[in-house]
Amino acid sequence: MTDAQNSSKNFAKIFPKNLAAQAAPAPLLSVRDLTKSYGAHLGCADVSFDLFPGEVMGIVGESGSGKSTLLGCMAGHLRPDAGAVIFDTRRDGPRDTVTMSEPERRMLGRTDWAFVHQNARDGLRVGVSAGGNVGERLMAVGARHYGDIRAAATDWLGRVEIAPDRIDDRPGTFSGGMQQRLQIARNLVTGPRLVFMDEPTGGLDVSVQARLLDLMRGLVRDMGLSAIIVTHDLAVVRLLADRLMVMKSGHVVEQGLTDQVLDDPQHGYTQLLVSSVLQV
Amino acid sequence: MIKIENLSKTFTLHNQGGAVIPVMEGANLTVGAGECVALVGASGAGKSTLMRMIYGNYLTAGGSILVGDLDVARAQPREIIRLRRETLGYVSQFLRVVPRVPTLDVVAEPLRALGMDESRARDRAAAMLARLNIPEPLWELSPTTFSGGEQQRVNIARGFVRDYPALLLDEPTASLDTANRAVVLGLIETAKARGAAIVGIFHDESARAQVCDREIDVTGFAPGRAA
Amino acid sequence: MTDAAYNFAYLDEQTKRMIRRAILKGLAIPGYQVPFASREMPMPYGWGTGGVQLTAAVMCPEDRFKVIDQGADDTTNAVSIRAFFERTAGVAATTRTDEATLIQTRHRIPEAPLRAGQVLVFQVPIPEPLRFLEPRESETRKMHALEEYGLMHVKLYEDISRHGHIATSYAYPVQVEGRYVMDPSPIPKFDNPKLGDCPAIQLFGAGREQRIYALPPYTRVVSLDFEDHPFEASKADHPCGLCGATDSYLDEVIMDDAGRRMFVCSDTDFCGQRQAAGHRGKDAA
Repeated sequence: MTDAQNSSKNFAKIFPKNLAAQAAPAPLLSVRDLTKSYGAHLGCADVSFDLFPGEVMGIVGESGSGKSTLLGCMAGHLRPDAGAVIFDTRRDGPRDTVTMSEPERRMLGRTDWAFVHQNARDGLRVGVSAGGNVGERLMAVGARHYGDIRAAATDWLGRVEIAPDRIDDRPGTFSGGMQQRLQIARNLVTGPRLVFMDEPTGGLDVSVQARLLDLMRGLVRDMGLSAIIVTHDLAVVRLLADRLMVMKSGHVVEQGLTDQVLDDPQHGYTQLLVSSVLQV
Repeated sequence: MIKIENLSKTFTLHNQGGAVIPVMEGANLTVGAGECVALVGASGAGKSTLMRMIYGNYLTAGGSILVGDLDVARAQPREIIRLRRETLGYVSQFLRVVPRVPTLDVVAEPLRALGMDESRARDRAAAMLARLNIPEPLWELSPTTFSGGEQQRVNIARGFVRDYPALLLDEPTASLDTANRAVVLGLIETAKARGAAIVGIFHDESARAQVCDREIDVTGFAPGRAA
Repeated sequence: MTDAAYNFAYLDEQTKRMIRRAILKGLAIPGYQVPFASREMPMPYGWGTGGVQLTAAVMCPEDRFKVIDQGADDTTNAVSIRAFFERTAGVAATTRTDEATLIQTRHRIPEAPLRAGQVLVFQVPIPEPLRFLEPRESETRKMHALEEYGLMHVKLYEDISRHGHIATSYAYPVQVEGRYVMDPSPIPKFDNPKLGDCPAIQLFGAGREQRIYALPPYTRVVSLDFEDHPFEASKADHPCGLCGATDSYLDEVIMDDAGRRMFVCSDTDFCGQRQAAGHRGKDAA
């Protein structure tokens, strides 16, 4: 009993950082009325939300629901027709990344942002060794010491559970799960604050998925990352995402706490989606 | 610590003709620090629904749910996330974890989420697992392969590995043997003694008698009954 | 001896003007690849069609013209390009670096220091240094525009990880005036230091790829490297077998089936002049 009381009192000493974090933080990303259409076909419309530091948000919906368009607009790969994507930059505070210059946006893309593609080969340089793939972002921001770059690459391969003796192998010799982990290492080596993920576990074996999910959860927690994960896999968002946004025909039909949306869905489409999942 | 006022809940089934099913109305409940309140009532009376609403897992139709100074009924997702991380623990009947993650890490997670370093968090998790008589050889295995009773104890370990100021317990002693049941009741009493506010569902009457200060019959919150 | 059927130096005047404009732009933006409307030339791609067009565009009747192929004045490629301009422009030819006012070269920079007033024209097979790592032209152009050159170092990183040192020995990438990264054409990296701070004008032409780029006199040119793996202008560690020079770039020549070999200057003019001045190497007759 006294034990418990002591540990309660020691709490502040053990977690000082936690108490400091009590002040309401500013959103890391504010999306406002984001709209994109392809001619007459609607991509996504009037999407707005705030993402706070350390939060992981899932975006689910069927194929063609606009979730990938939305992700592309947020990550600067697509130019939205209207709306703002305001990111809290390290240097200048909140900036609209839609209207900022392309060099600035691309700089964000290799420093504070990361993008994990569904197909690892889209996010890797297949002609370059694992170490070179991980080191590229470092070199892109000015690292010019081979030994340091290699040490960082070795460290990151370890963190994504790739044996260090594979550092000089090309990704083509890796399994699908390893390629995906390599892609994650390559993206996280510069310590980004926001990670965009497009179906990160798609196309992987179930057992490999589990390992990847665990790895991503650990990295998100340890690095204090914020992430936006587009997927159609409700099990993935339940395990990874704090918050969930459900899209249908380009519109957000429902958003909220992940388990709340999945366990007490309010919109008819979400109810259908949740009840359609096969149980094992 | 927990103060519920005039709470109501309806389910709308959009895919079944838009049927609106009211399940709760005018629910009131107050749980002070160091107090353990048992929810009772027949199966389907809304005990779990009420628990889930307190945890933010179900939305509310009306009323308020104060946990500390946060009204869960109106809170933003991130406020609820923080509430769950820092204030409100939940021992559910079901274990939901990433497959292949060792039990030790599953139990250490609430501590890691608060920023505790890994070895320290694992040490505490180990102590809690030992206390709940989970055999040490199982600690490095994923709990997904465990028996029901073992999974239940892993859930309990997660709920008690740190001192949450408020706790929700859904049948914490349901599938436990006498020895482990005693351990769990001991944990609950310890939590109460340090000032935790606890809401629980216990079918086990003697357990209820041992740790609960009051019983609330949720049948009284059924729609049409409240006045 | 000019063949009157051709315009001076083969190309029509409008084409030369177009190429000169591209050259001027290239000189104004050192290291930047200027697109130009490359013409069909009476020789196959890969034989110096880019260099020939540059030469034709800058050639004057009073020029003294020299052509070298890997340092030699007497190889097929050098001989035919020299003959081409002797016939179409009637300019005087020379093999002497110091006498020449216009030098077209494939894969070497002469050993003798260049001087102000000379123009050195390089034949370039692939002008884009980023090509091998990023095949999309749209993307490499953007990378140049935004000065995103991390990828260049990835190539050098790969070299070190595979060979323990930077094994790129020719077409070694350089950065010009702290801005554009440039492929110096497949010259040995031994020649890289000669690119910088050079009194002569250096022009680079890629005919098939339709690109011209340039280094005006006295341009700052830095070979890319790592802090812990600095650039080295290496060469075979031998003296020239014919003239005994220890500071020139050497070719290895296999002498017989038994594997006997000798090292000789790749720059034939340089070697010949040293021998004429009485220098002798160990293999000299």
